[in-house]
Amino acid sequence: MTSSMTMDRTTDAATGFLGTRPEGSRMTIMQSFSDLMHQRQERETHKRTRPVETEVVAKLDVRNLNFFYGEKQALFDVSMTIAERSVTAFIGPSGCGKSTFLRALNRMNDIIEGARHNGTVLLEGQEIYAPDVDVVALRKRVGMVFQKSTPFPKSIFDNVAYGPKIAGQRNRKALSEIVEQSLKRAALWDEVKDRLQDSALALSGGQQQRLCIARALATNPDVLLMDEPASALDPASTARIEDLIFELKQNYTIVIVTHNMQQAARISDRTAFFFQGYLIEVDATQKLFTTPTKKQTEDYITGKFG
Amino acid sequence: MSVAQTTPPLTLKPASGLIKKFSLTRAKEGVIKGLLFVCASLSLVTTLMIVWMFLTEAVFGIGGNTAFFQEVSLLDFLTDTQWSPQFSEKHFGILPLLCGTVVIAGIGGLIGLPIGLAAAIYLSEYAKPKLRRIIKPLLEILAGVPSVVYGYFALVFITPYVLRPIFQSLLGIDVDVFNAMSAGIVVGVMIIPTVCSLSEDALRSVPGGLREAGYALGSTNFDVSLKVVVPAAFSGIVASFLLAISRAIGETMAVCIGAGLMPRLSLNPFRSMQTMTAYMVNASLGDTPAGTIEYKSLYGVGFMLFLITLGMNILAQRVMKRFREVYE
Amino acid sequence: MSVPPKLQEPHLARRHRIGKAFEWLCCGSTWFGIVVLGVLLLSVGWKAMTWPAPKAKPAGSPTASTEAQQLSPPLSKKFFTNYHSRNPREAGLLSALWGSLWLTVLVALFSVPIGVGSAVYLEEYSIEGRLKRLIQLNLSNLAGVPSIVYALLGMTAFVKMFGLFHKDEEKTLVVNLLFTTVDVPLPFDRTLISGALTLTLLVLPTVIVASQEALRAVPSSIRIASYALGATQWQTIRHQVIPAAMPGIMTGVILALSRAIGEAAPLMLIGALTYVAYTPGDISNVSDIFKNPQGLLDAPFDKFTAIPLQIYQWINQPKAEYSHVAAAGIVVLLTILLLMNTAAILIRHRFQKQTRW
Repeated sequence: MTSSMTMDRTTDAATGFLGTRPEGSRMTIMQSFSDLMHQRQERETHKRTRPVETEVVAKLDVRNLNFFYGEKQALFDVSMTIAERSVTAFIGPSGCGKSTFLRALNRMNDIIEGARHNGTVLLEGQEIYAPDVDVVALRKRVGMVFQKSTPFPKSIFDNVAYGPKIAGQRNRKALSEIVEQSLKRAALWDEVKDRLQDSALALSGGQQQRLCIARALATNPDVLLMDEPASALDPASTARIEDLIFELKQNYTIVIVTHNMQQAARISDRTAFFFQGYLIEVDATQKLFTTPTKKQTEDYITGKFG
Repeated sequence: MSVAQTTPPLTLKPASGLIKKFSLTRAKEGVIKGLLFVCASLSLVTTLMIVWMFLTEAVFGIGGNTAFFQEVSLLDFLTDTQWSPQFSEKHFGILPLLCGTVVIAGIGGLIGLPIGLAAAIYLSEYAKPKLRRIIKPLLEILAGVPSVVYGYFALVFITPYVLRPIFQSLLGIDVDVFNAMSAGIVVGVMIIPTVCSLSEDALRSVPGGLREAGYALGSTNFDVSLKVVVPAAFSGIVASFLLAISRAIGETMAVCIGAGLMPRLSLNPFRSMQTMTAYMVNASLGDTPAGTIEYKSLYGVGFMLFLITLGMNILAQRVMKRFREVYE
Repeated sequence: MSVPPKLQEPHLARRHRIGKAFEWLCCGSTWFGIVVLGVLLLSVGWKAMTWPAPKAKPAGSPTASTEAQQLSPPLSKKFFTNYHSRNPREAGLLSALWGSLWLTVLVALFSVPIGVGSAVYLEEYSIEGRLKRLIQLNLSNLAGVPSIVYALLGMTAFVKMFGLFHKDEEKTLVVNLLFTTVDVPLPFDRTLISGALTLTLLVLPTVIVASQEALRAVPSSIRIASYALGATQWQTIRHQVIPAAMPGIMTGVILALSRAIGEAAPLMLIGALTYVAYTPGDISNVSDIFKNPQGLLDAPFDKFTAIPLQIYQWINQPKAEYSHVAAAGIVVLLTILLLMNTAAILIRHRFQKQTRW
């Protein structure tokens, strides 16, 4: 997955860490991840979701992506495929490029001045950076949820109905239908169905974040990008969001950036580890957390740095 | 958790949906952006119109129209000591008007600048937040009083009830009904809010660390305010002074009502004087027909006024920019 | 090695006295302007409620003084229903009131779309660069141009239209709307529309800068969230950014309009100093609008006067009674401005309370 150039550079940087690390602590951490995986597998079997490894359809296919903010290069030659109807998690220390990569998938970086790239990003085989691609149409199909919940200062209903409305849906009845379905999918319906006209700002933090997910679902996307969606929430709300992501993956392709490795281990099918703008390793989550092939990955998940 | 089961399955859309198509929405985006650009460029058009107006009416005429400075030489305009466009022997010397403007703006500055600055120091260094919340809106109201009202106040209150009792009855100095002093006083009051709010902004942007350092050396409140904070905010204060004086120079109605319409090259503030702005109002009162030299003199005087205030504003912006660079 | 003497401050008490005096000086200065404002309001209010003391009349004409006692004060009901009159006790500001109302409405109609549009372009569309810096610099310079220069511009650009129409070529353009026609004089001459356009140029920098500040205060997360839902830039601005910035924009617009209402200088050269004994479009109360809707279309092209102009005219009258009539006019003007300022402060206050980005 990673180019040889990347390898040389990062291996040198990481060897220093390995020498001083007591072997025992590493084993316990690995063990705890292994337990986590085990718990998860139980949950998956219980829910009878399809086994991840049989997924073959590539929803997103990124090849040799380099990304720059002005003079500064943020991503170095990243290639990755993201499978349909799965959860892919991006982990890595802050500033490693995982958010940049996520935002490159629906061209949110276009808004930033001086941002440029080379390489290819294919959505179902179509280059999303091609000059004839309508970025607005792209963002309708690749939705996004942000770290900080960003409800519009409007009613709950208007928040969810906003996407369909601007897409031209004027029929009040159809809108109510979409709002109800989206809120149900986001597991928020029962809590807000009696106060749809209340201000969205009155909701709790966890509810606001689920509202933002509902809002993104209302535009009927195929892919849902989530940039640390639970990092500002309390544990109970986080658990709800994680359950929700689990439900959503039956219908959507989900890509999630998280700074929390336990979270990645709990919810994702595949995990990608970014470091200093390079994609170090991407693999099935269970494999990455229990038997990482790269030393940097191992250092990171055992808490040596990050 | 039965959420997923209650929702219908999704159908996949074809990828070709990403391709740009001609649509009303896309066309609208472009049209709107164009319209907004036109709006934004209107302010540039305003400036161009002002410049064009002065150039064609004051500097060089077009279409058989002779401009003001083609009929009156610039040298006469700047050096002649009489301004009498309405008399049969016409003189176009700007000096008397300039003198009126300088005297009134000077009196206004002597009153408004120190008071405005002191008020700014009080609000930023001494006043409690609660008091500030009361005083700030009151000062805003002071700034919102129209200048015709200040003119009226100068004419019917300050001259008969303040100036005449003090200067005429006590000191024996003749005070005209219209006089530069009353106009200068109200102009001073008018610029207090400008000086105060701009200077206060400057004082507040001085870092708190400087104040603390001052107090730690055993300074009193007075020492810190006057010897640490004010010098640190000096250029911001200077900028506020320049803007306020520029406003005083451009002030029209209060000056016109308070100081009268008598062009006079004198420094006696108790006589009637005419400023550049007051002359422009006066010339328009008589409904001067277009094409006459009196009509054109409006543009000559207006041009002069425009250049002076523009110069002061640009200078103020320069000083302000330097101040911001220090603290931001 | 000598030990430095223990700090003795013989002047400490004096320094504290100076400090105290300085504080009082500053405090006094702060209240100075406010006290002047109070004196101004009281003296104007007093003048507006009384007529000048009648001069000692020669014996044999007792009617004059009793008549004066019976008359209502300058600021009374008839002050709002009468036109200007040669008899100061009959003078009212009906035409000026409607003139100012029309000016306010027209200035709002012109300056809000243009001002908010400019601000949106500058804040949301234009990229940082030479053009934006130029427009921004130009705006701050325009804000410092004296109002009398705008008056000159208004006279040249709207009243005379740069002399495009020579004296003998002045004409009336008949604009055909579907069901009616409007006569538009060319050049505009000394009509409401000239005055409104001049005031629009005057307040536009204020409206633009205030709107820019309001737009800048809208957090960018709202914009990004909207883009992420597949909204176009204009949809984002229209549905999210402008509604969120609305209270700030409204505050700026109201303050700018209150400046326009109080300005006399820009209108001086536009004219309007002739006696105007009618209201624009012959509409002098609300029911006239239904009786004569055509008046709404004709009004902008009528000659007019405005409250500050009428006040100036009264101040210039030689009769002493007019000074009291002028005071009555000032009370009306200040009351309108105070109401508008209060509205602006209330909107700002509610806005500050509501938002919690």
